[in-house]
Amino acid sequence: MSKLKLALYWAASCGGCEIAQLMIGDKILKLAEAAEIVFWPVAIDAKYKDVEAMPDKSIDVCLFNGAIRNSEQEHLAKMLREKSRVMIAYGACASEGGIPGLANLFNRQTIFDRVYLETQSTDNKEKVVPQIKYNVPEGELTVPEFYDTVMTLAQTVDVDYTIPGCPPEARTTWLALEALIEGKLPPRGTVITHNAKAVCDDCPRKRDVKKIKKFYRTFEIIPDPEICLLEQGLLCAGIATRGGCGAPCPQANMPCTGCYGPVDGVIDQGAHFLSGVASVIDSNDPSEIDKIIAGIHDPVGTFYRYSLPDSLLRRARIK
Amino acid sequence: MKKITIDPITRLEGHGKIEIFLNDAGEVENSYFQVPELRGFEKFSEGRLAEDMPQITQRICGVCPEAHHMAATKALDAVFHVDPPSPAKKLRELFYSSFYVTDHTTHFYILAGPDFVMGPEAPVAERNILGVIAKVGLELGGAVINTRMKNHHIIHMLGGRAVHPVFGLPGGVSKGLNEEERKEVEQIARDSVEFAKLSLKVFDDIVLKNKEYLEMVLSDAYTHHTYYMGMVDEKNRVNFYDGKVRVVDPDGKEFVKYAPRDYLEHVAEHVEPWTYVKIPYLKKVGWKGFVDGKDSGVFRSTPLSRLNAADGMATPLAQEAYEQFYSTLGGKPVHQTLATHWARLVELLYAAERLLELSQDPEITSPDIRVIPTATPDEGIGIVEAPRGNLTHHYITDEKGIIRKANLIVATVNNAAPINMSIKKAAQSLIKPGKKITEGLLNRIEMAWRPYDPCWGCATHTLPGRAPMEIIIYNSKGEIVERISS
Repeated sequence: MSKLKLALYWAASCGGCEIAQLMIGDKILKLAEAAEIVFWPVAIDAKYKDVEAMPDKSIDVCLFNGAIRNSEQEHLAKMLREKSRVMIAYGACASEGGIPGLANLFNRQTIFDRVYLETQSTDNKEKVVPQIKYNVPEGELTVPEFYDTVMTLAQTVDVDYTIPGCPPEARTTWLALEALIEGKLPPRGTVITHNAKAVCDDCPRKRDVKKIKKFYRTFEIIPDPEICLLEQGLLCAGIATRGGCGAPCPQANMPCTGCYGPVDGVIDQGAHFLSGVASVIDSNDPSEIDKIIAGIHDPVGTFYRYSLPDSLLRRARIK
Repeated sequence: MKKITIDPITRLEGHGKIEIFLNDAGEVENSYFQVPELRGFEKFSEGRLAEDMPQITQRICGVCPEAHHMAATKALDAVFHVDPPSPAKKLRELFYSSFYVTDHTTHFYILAGPDFVMGPEAPVAERNILGVIAKVGLELGGAVINTRMKNHHIIHMLGGRAVHPVFGLPGGVSKGLNEEERKEVEQIARDSVEFAKLSLKVFDDIVLKNKEYLEMVLSDAYTHHTYYMGMVDEKNRVNFYDGKVRVVDPDGKEFVKYAPRDYLEHVAEHVEPWTYVKIPYLKKVGWKGFVDGKDSGVFRSTPLSRLNAADGMATPLAQEAYEQFYSTLGGKPVHQTLATHWARLVELLYAAERLLELSQDPEITSPDIRVIPTATPDEGIGIVEAPRGNLTHHYITDEKGIIRKANLIVATVNNAAPINMSIKKAAQSLIKPGKKITEGLLNRIEMAWRPYDPCWGCATHTLPGRAPMEIIIYNSKGEIVERISS
C-alpha cells in the first residue's frame, strides 16, 4: 500500500500547533510508517515551488494551522487546497481565527500606527512603516501584504474537517491522525474530537444549581477546588465549548476560555456562551441585572476569545 | 547585481527570509534578514482584561509560551501592586526552570547539535537529530527525549497544560504542588542535573577537542563586538525569572544596570521599511545602523550575552562550568557567536540545579500560593529572560484593570540587528567570487543565525535539525543562473 501523502502548513499562528503535533510522542513513529510528509516548511526542505509543481489533488491530506492574515498565507492556502484531496483546519486559528483574530477589532492602519509609531519604546520620527515593496540600494525587497481583516481558513478555501484547540491536545491530534492512517474518516464537515458535548461533560468539578449574583474576575477569588467554576461566579466558557480536551484548565483552577470552539450545531460560540451566562443570572430586577452584567468588562475578549473572525460579528466596523 | 534569496527560513513571528546581494565582482554587497509577518498583539491587547494577558500574549509564541506567561504575570503583579507569597514566586521559578531545561535541550540537540556532532558539511540526510542519536548513542538519545518529556510533565503539572499554560495570576499562581508531586519533581530535577553534566561533556568531547571545530568557533566570520544584556540577581549572577537588567559594553565593563520599570530609559526600537520586525537598540548609545562596536547601540541578548553580562552563576556546578568557559575562551567578554551554544549548556546546568534546589525547598508545597490584590490597578512592567533573550511586557490599564496600552519587546526581536549582521559577515566571509556555492556552505551561513536560537526555527525543525532554505542566484539581467535547495 502506498503511503499517505501529508502536507503541513502554518499561517498566522504561534508555532504551538507544531509543538502540539510533536506532543503525540512515540506515536510519531507510527505516523512516519504510514505517511510520507511532502511539505512541512518547518521541518522538511520542500519549497513553495515544489508544491506548485505537484499535480492537483496529489497530496492526500493537508493539515493547515494558522489564520489568514496576509497575502502570502492566502496564496498558500489556495495553492494547498488545489493540491490536496482533503483539507483540514488544524487548531483554533485556522478554524475560527484564534487569538490573532482579535485583531479584527482594529484594522491595518490602527495596528500599524500602534506598532510602528506609538509604542513607547519606538523611536520613529520619520514615521517609517513596512512597505510591500521597497528599494534598498542593492535592489528590491518585498514582504507580503498585511490585510485589514483576519480570515479563517474556511473563509478562504473549502475545508473538509476541523481539529479544534489552542492548540489541540495530543489525544485530539492522534484521534484525527489515526482516522487518516486507517482510512476511516468521518463524514465530511466533522469536527474531530473525543466528545461532541460541552467541556462540562469532561470536567470533574461538581455541578449543582447555577445562580449568579455577581461575576468575579479570576484574580478576585480563590475558587473552591471541587465545585463548578461558573457556579462560583467565574466566567467559564465550558458550557459553550466543545469537549474532548479533558478540561485541563478548570482542573488547574482556571476557567475554560473556549479554545475548542462551539459545540455541534452552534454557529456562534460567543452568542451561545453569552446566552448561557445570561440564563444563570439570579435576578428578575432589571437594575440588579444591569449591575451584575456590568461586571463583564470585556465581552468580546471573554465570549469570542478565539472565534471573532468566525462569528456572526466577524469584525468591528472601522470608520 | 546578483540576488540570493533564502526563503523561507521559518519562524519568528512567522517566517523569515534572507536576501543576499552580490556585486558585479561576485562578492557579497549586503544582506537583509526579513520578517514577513506581523500579528499586532500590541494593538489588540487593548480592551482586554489585564488578568487575561498571560494567556493572550503567550499566543505570540507556542514554542516559549512559558516565557510570555511569566513576563505577563510579573507585569500583572506590578499593575495590581501585589507581592505574591514566597511559595508562589518559588513555584513560578520552578516551573520556569523546568521550561529552560526542555527548551535548551531542544535547541542544543535538535537544532544546533547536528552542525557540530555531524559536522557542518555532513550530508543533509544525516545532519539531523536521528544522525546525532546514531553518533552519540541511543542511551544519550533516549536521555534527550526523556529530559524533554519529563520536564514537559512538570510544566503540565503546574501550568495545567503542556502548551499554553494557565496558572499565572496577579498575586500568585492558581495551582501548587503536593508532596507526591514534589517528590516526582525532585527526581526529574536530579536526572536533569546529570543530563546537563553529560551534555557539557559531550560538548567538550565533540567540539572543544576537535581542532577544526574550535577554530571555526573562534573564527572572525562568526565574531561581533557588541554590547551584551542579561538579567542578574543582587550578586550579579545570572537569573532567568527575576532581578535587574544589566548591560556590559564590548570591553565587558558594566554599562548600565536597571530595574525593569526603567526599561524605557535604556531600550528603544528602530523601524526599517523592509521588514515587519522592529529593531531594538540601546537608547543612550543610539541607533547607528547594523554595525559593531562601542559607538553602536546594537546589543545582543542570548545565553552568551547573559553570561557576559553577569559575574557568575548562582549554583555550584554551573559556576564551575562558567569558570571553565571563560578560562578556555580567553576571558570576558566572549564575542564569538558560536560560543553561544556552549553558554546555553552552562545555563542548562544552572536551570537543572535551580530546579533541584527549588524542589527541595521546604516552602514549595505550601498552600499559601495566592494573594488577592486590593489596590487600584494602573501600570506595570514585567521582565524575564526568555531562552532567546530579554522579554519585556509593559501594560497600562484603567482603574478597572482593562488594558489601555501594551508594549512588548519580545526575546528574539532583541537580536534582530545582530542576526542581520551575523548573516552578512558569514556570507561575506564564505561566498567568494568563483567559489561554488554548495549546500554545506549555505549551512555555514545558517550557522551564523542558529546560535541566536531562532524562535522562528522553534522546536519544529525537529526532524532534519535545520531550516529549509533555498538560494536563488540571479545575474544582473534578473535571470536565474543557479538554484540550490538545501
